[in-house]
Amino acid sequence: MWFVIPAVLVYVAVVIAPNVQGLAYSFTDWDGFGAAASFVGIDNYRHVFADDNAVGSIVNTFVLTLLVTVGQNVIGLLLALGLNSQVKSRYLLRLVFFLPVVLTPIVAGYLWKYLLMPEGTLNAVLGSLGLDGLQQDWLGDPDLVLYAVCAAIVWQGAGYSMVIYLAGLQAVPSEALEAAAMDGAGPVRRTWSITLPLINGAIVVNLLLTVLGNLKQFDTVFSMTSGGPAGASETMATTVYKSAFLYLQYPNALAQGVLLTLVVGVIGFVQYRLTQRKALA
Amino acid sequence: MNRYTGRTFALELVLIAVAAIFMVPILVLISVALRDPNSTPGFLGFTWPLHFENISTAWTASAMGPSLVNSIVITTVSVALIIVVASAASYTITRRTQRWSRGVFYLFLTGFLFPGQLAMLPLYLTFSKAGLVGNPVTVILIYVAGHMPFTVFLYCAFLRDLPRDYEEAATIDGAGSLRMFWTVVFPLARPVTGTVAILTALGVWNDFLNPLLYLTGGNTRTAPLSVYTFVGEYSANWPLVFSALITSVIPILVAYFLMQRFIMRGFASGLKG
Repeated sequence: MWFVIPAVLVYVAVVIAPNVQGLAYSFTDWDGFGAAASFVGIDNYRHVFADDNAVGSIVNTFVLTLLVTVGQNVIGLLLALGLNSQVKSRYLLRLVFFLPVVLTPIVAGYLWKYLLMPEGTLNAVLGSLGLDGLQQDWLGDPDLVLYAVCAAIVWQGAGYSMVIYLAGLQAVPSEALEAAAMDGAGPVRRTWSITLPLINGAIVVNLLLTVLGNLKQFDTVFSMTSGGPAGASETMATTVYKSAFLYLQYPNALAQGVLLTLVVGVIGFVQYRLTQRKALA
Repeated sequence: MNRYTGRTFALELVLIAVAAIFMVPILVLISVALRDPNSTPGFLGFTWPLHFENISTAWTASAMGPSLVNSIVITTVSVALIIVVASAASYTITRRTQRWSRGVFYLFLTGFLFPGQLAMLPLYLTFSKAGLVGNPVTVILIYVAGHMPFTVFLYCAFLRDLPRDYEEAATIDGAGSLRMFWTVVFPLARPVTGTVAILTALGVWNDFLNPLLYLTGGNTRTAPLSVYTFVGEYSANWPLVFSALITSVIPILVAYFLMQRFIMRGFASGLKG
């Protein structure tokens, strides 16, 4: 029985206790020092919802999570379907598509910052193709910046989804696909009616990972835009960090932390309940 | 269906084209790193002569060497600790049938629902009062605890399905629970251990937020933190910045190319649960 004790001790001390402490203090005017905090009810939460930047970061987080989840899974699945074939270069291509996954997220963030800045690579390429009209200040335009960040995240994560989809595809029996081909089903039909239902487990795992991972997106945003311009790419995770460690607004940071935990917890729980039977099958 | 047809060839061309587009950012990373530090940014492609001295300039100016050593030490220790602690816990959880063992399992599962941001501030202030900010032990503790839910989940899933025959034989031979675990069960769990090692190592190596909080300003920076600091100082000098970025990822890229087969397999099997 004492085998579990080290694990439980470090887990409770470093994960459970500070979360409980944070939740409790989010209802006080705690200044970070000592216990001289008094109960203020939901005041901190009211402040968060009265703050346009904080509310914007919640909206941004949902938009980013949705776009990245769709983009990364569609691209990852298409790549996996393509590389699960007899293509000769498939092993080399798997390496290539997985390479960005290994890259440190803040390194990828700085790289994409360079690609997308006004005098950066994308605009230079557009210019040399005579497409000057398409040149944009991708990271400086509040209407574009979130999509630019999403593109960087999808580029980095598509290989991750691809590998999980490939693992699922390798378990699909080729007899079923051959039988369907004999019955006259084309490749699209075979994929849709046979392959996709059979890789349900991989789809579920991928959706869980991309949704939960991106709800707390911090590194790429922080290195690419630091949430700017004017908060247009701020996420819940970056606002929690800034409130806590730049603006030293401890109670607000905790209230935002509770909100983020609620979002991740509820969405994660619902996703898990909706899909657990299929995922475990 | 297993023949290489014209259609397969077309697919191959499409995939290679997509791969080429995927590699553009990497190409830009390398080409800009080797450019004249005074050149203007923009265009795609290499410019001659290549300025290899940027790499050594950035290496020295960013003090990347010590940071890489720190990253390697922190990653190795975190991975070793999480494996020992979580596998031992999972062994007990799956082999005991009392009610508390299920309770402990669910306690670990709740960890999936915490994003970490809520605990960040209370934890930081606790460590700060204990004088542990700037100490790599702090981030190691956070990594071990933070990776616990996923690791316990993987080990438990594996150990539940593991036949008990070997353990029964070992019991007859008079092995105690510690010897049983270490000489019988742990070696059998090697596939999970490999998966955990790869996933944890990648997560720990690439983590930025915790070093930013706990190791800023100290002399035990990790590679991502050194990158961040260096970019802050040399923000306008993209060739030097990119040279620093490249040196910061060399160990993980080398590990990736040496072990890519196991990495792909580990990722896929581990994430299928």
